[in-house]
Amino acid sequence: MGATPIKVPTMAELFAAGETADILFWVGCAGSFDDRAKKVTKAMAKILHHVGLKYAILGTEETCTGDPAKRAGNEFYFQMQALQNIQVLNMYGVKKIVTACPHCFNTLKNEYPELGGDYQVVHHSQLLQELINAGKLKVEGGSFKGKKITFHDPCYLGRANGVYEAPREVISKLDMEFTEMKRSKAKGLCCGAGGAQMFKEAEPGNKEVNVERSAEALALHPDIIAVGCPFCNTMLTDGVKHFEKEATVKVFDMAELIAQANDL
Amino acid sequence: MISSIIFIVVFLSAFAFFGFKILKIRRNILLGRNTDLSGNKGQRIKTMLMVAFGQSKMTARPIPFIMHFFIYAAFLITQIELIEIMIDGSTGQHRYIWHLVEGSFLGSIYTFTINFIEILSVLAFVATIVFLSRRNIIRLARFQKPEMKGWPSKDANIILFGEITLVTCIMLMNSSDVALQRLGVFHPTDTLIISRAIADLWAGIPKETLLIMERIGWWGHILGILGFMVYLPFSKHFHIFLAFPNTYFSNLLPKGQLTNLSAVTSEVKLMLDPTADPYAVPAPDQNAAPVKFGAKDVQDLTWKNLMDAYSCTECGRCTAECPANITGKKLSPRKIMMDTRDRLEQVGRNIDKHGKDHQDGKSLLFDHITEEELWACTSCNACVQACPVNINPLEIIIELRRDLIMEQSKAPSSINTMLNNIQNNGAPWQFSPQDRANWAQELNT
Repeated sequence: MGATPIKVPTMAELFAAGETADILFWVGCAGSFDDRAKKVTKAMAKILHHVGLKYAILGTEETCTGDPAKRAGNEFYFQMQALQNIQVLNMYGVKKIVTACPHCFNTLKNEYPELGGDYQVVHHSQLLQELINAGKLKVEGGSFKGKKITFHDPCYLGRANGVYEAPREVISKLDMEFTEMKRSKAKGLCCGAGGAQMFKEAEPGNKEVNVERSAEALALHPDIIAVGCPFCNTMLTDGVKHFEKEATVKVFDMAELIAQANDL
Repeated sequence: MISSIIFIVVFLSAFAFFGFKILKIRRNILLGRNTDLSGNKGQRIKTMLMVAFGQSKMTARPIPFIMHFFIYAAFLITQIELIEIMIDGSTGQHRYIWHLVEGSFLGSIYTFTINFIEILSVLAFVATIVFLSRRNIIRLARFQKPEMKGWPSKDANIILFGEITLVTCIMLMNSSDVALQRLGVFHPTDTLIISRAIADLWAGIPKETLLIMERIGWWGHILGILGFMVYLPFSKHFHIFLAFPNTYFSNLLPKGQLTNLSAVTSEVKLMLDPTADPYAVPAPDQNAAPVKFGAKDVQDLTWKNLMDAYSCTECGRCTAECPANITGKKLSPRKIMMDTRDRLEQVGRNIDKHGKDHQDGKSLLFDHITEEELWACTSCNACVQACPVNINPLEIIIELRRDLIMEQSKAPSSINTMLNNIQNNGAPWQFSPQDRANWAQELNT
């Protein structure tokens, strides 16, 4: 990995050079700081670079969208983040945004417009689907043959925004056997991280939500559990470890799978 | 003659009482904050026809869907027969409509309708038995949750026994009618398939007894229906009416979208504006109502949240899908709705007794819904998705969290840490904002 260095452009650099980007890659806090999620971010950057899209990131000018603050009930902190971000995004004249985080996706797409930030926002599964359909990304590569894969719906992509098909289309085109969990799509079970749960201990109960969900995925005996959210990724990775299956079952974001298929 | 008078008095009193209770419920619902849901009429009507009239979200669970559909269809269609019962009851006639339409095309519609009602009544009878056994013999998990203990379970059983009584009475009425036709006492109707079969069992019963059986059936049926109507406003079963307006006023936005508080926007804009002169801010208007963030009590919720509470029939599909509840946490979205309704009823009774401005020192938050329940929510929208009448428990949970955080400053310490990190570092974790693009540097080596 990392054979050819890739220079990821920032909006500020393009702006200084008198250029603009066609699409902003919104990285998100997990994608920026969490070691596991950073791998997904890198895979996405490689893909964007590979297909030759004119993209850029905000770099250090990006801050939290405010999603966890809003879901925790702190509207002040949410709007402080939102209005600052909108100022930056509007300054650069951003029109289209792609993000690998469904929470950022939902907030940017649904909650920013009323505050003055109106952009075309897509989840990376939607962009990947578009690029595959346009023939810009291949799906035949990678060492996937004979493997079994399932997909865990992120709540903020699926139920929250009705995007069920894009991730399935991306994954099912890979050279693998795709299998569906019983609780999927609109009936998908949460990983346990949403609504600011990621940042606190769970309330007393008889089980962790991620253990319940991981057990359901593992019952299908998959080789890969595909996710489309950095928090689901953490939750299910922990869940697989809980059942000591990490040697045989891998949790991957779909961007990582597509990057692998394209030898990136 | 006397029976006609009794009928009219009972009939009108039942309707008057029902109307009185409806106005009370309407007043209670309108205690909620205003929210403008007037637009998108076309889409709203479509949603109502699909979800309430067409029961589209019930199909997620096929067995209860079919059983519920029998009862629902029987209920709708039986109302047609009520027209004739009203006429007969107030005029002392017997099957007045049949006398009008016999022998004509309308006559065959009459016979078809009565047969249809009979068939659906039998199916509804079966469904009611199935529902009773699901609750009391099989004891399905979602009907055994803590919030169902006591009155809620009793309420459900009362409704189901009530339905059995109604169906039994209608079949008793029609079958003894047929038996009396055979004895030449009543003018014959066309063939009523099910009543005819039941009437075979009444062979040999003397005319006088049959006449009493027919009257018991007739009165039992109409008193049952009126009793049902009077009972409804006290019961979770009120969903049979509110399902329609409640789905009409469904949230049409993406489920993930939460409201932005506009009062916060103006304050935050002022904070972020470098040119803002703090001394230029006009003195606060002493008469203006203080801005409240979130909801502590039912009046702080929107009228739609309150209508949701009255529309809930406590089926528990929300709770059965809730990840927190599935893993043994205290949170149950159904309980959130039941608590909201209970508290709203309590506030309504306070107004009736002590006037509009009475404070009883209690609130929805803390006295009914605890912090532990609220913090267990993952905001995953499974409850919202599961509800067959588009109730939204999540909105209430978020409003109560807003009050906890912004009015009471009560949050688990880890939530406060996360919030401070967002304010200080622009990320929920304690990382330096300067390190945000380190991954890009790692890619460039």
